[in-house]
Amino acid sequence: MASVDLVYFAWVRERIGKAEETLELPDNVVTAGDLLAHLKTLGEEYEAALEHENVIRVAINQEHVDHHEPIAGAREIALFPPMTGG
Amino acid sequence: MAGVPVTVRVQRDDFCLAAEVQALSSGRHDIGAIVTFSGLCRDEAGTLSALELEHYPGMAEAEITRICNEAIERFGLQAVTVIHRYGSILPGENIVLVVTASPHRQAAFDGANFIMDFLKTSAPFWKKEHTADGNARGWVSAKDEDDSARDRWSKD
Repeated sequence: MASVDLVYFAWVRERIGKAEETLELPDNVVTAGDLLAHLKTLGEEYEAALEHENVIRVAINQEHVDHHEPIAGAREIALFPPMTGG
Repeated sequence: MAGVPVTVRVQRDDFCLAAEVQALSSGRHDIGAIVTFSGLCRDEAGTLSALELEHYPGMAEAEITRICNEAIERFGLQAVTVIHRYGSILPGENIVLVVTASPHRQAAFDGANFIMDFLKTSAPFWKKEHTADGNARGWVSAKDEDDSARDRWSKD
């Protein structure tokens, strides 16, 4: 089990119902994609937030990563929708 | 690239375009062109009361800085300033400022354009619209045109 800080933004944050949390992740959660799949088992609020997995963006330690990227060593993982700044 | 001044600020307050241009060029005699881009909060239908801009503190500054450094390397810019606001922004108010400097105009134009195209698609900011009747219209959707605008920089 590894402990990781998760942070959520915009409608991902609203649907999950919190801005951040610290979770213990099982050993079979290896990639960012595995993390999304794992979170979806934690309750319907996660299922609602992460329903369309392919649009969810992931950042590890404040840098964008693809879903196949390993999360080993991550201090902070952020999940958020496509960005709309500027 | 070493020594090229990059100023990135993510702030709640408004900015002054003239003051930022002055700060960037003051005391320098090597700059031949300065381009500024300002993005404003727009309300075409007359129904928007405010935009609410959420951001990822830390990553927002880091990502914009990464984009600026790429633009400096690619276009040979001499200085870059980017300011992005967050919080509640009213129609007509400023959202974002990009200032680029180069010896000749084309690099400054291209650099500002490049920075905005990447900022829109990879800097962690999200807009939510609030309507004049007090209801939230909801989160603004990302546009395919913005992805296309970014992708044209990787064509050759």
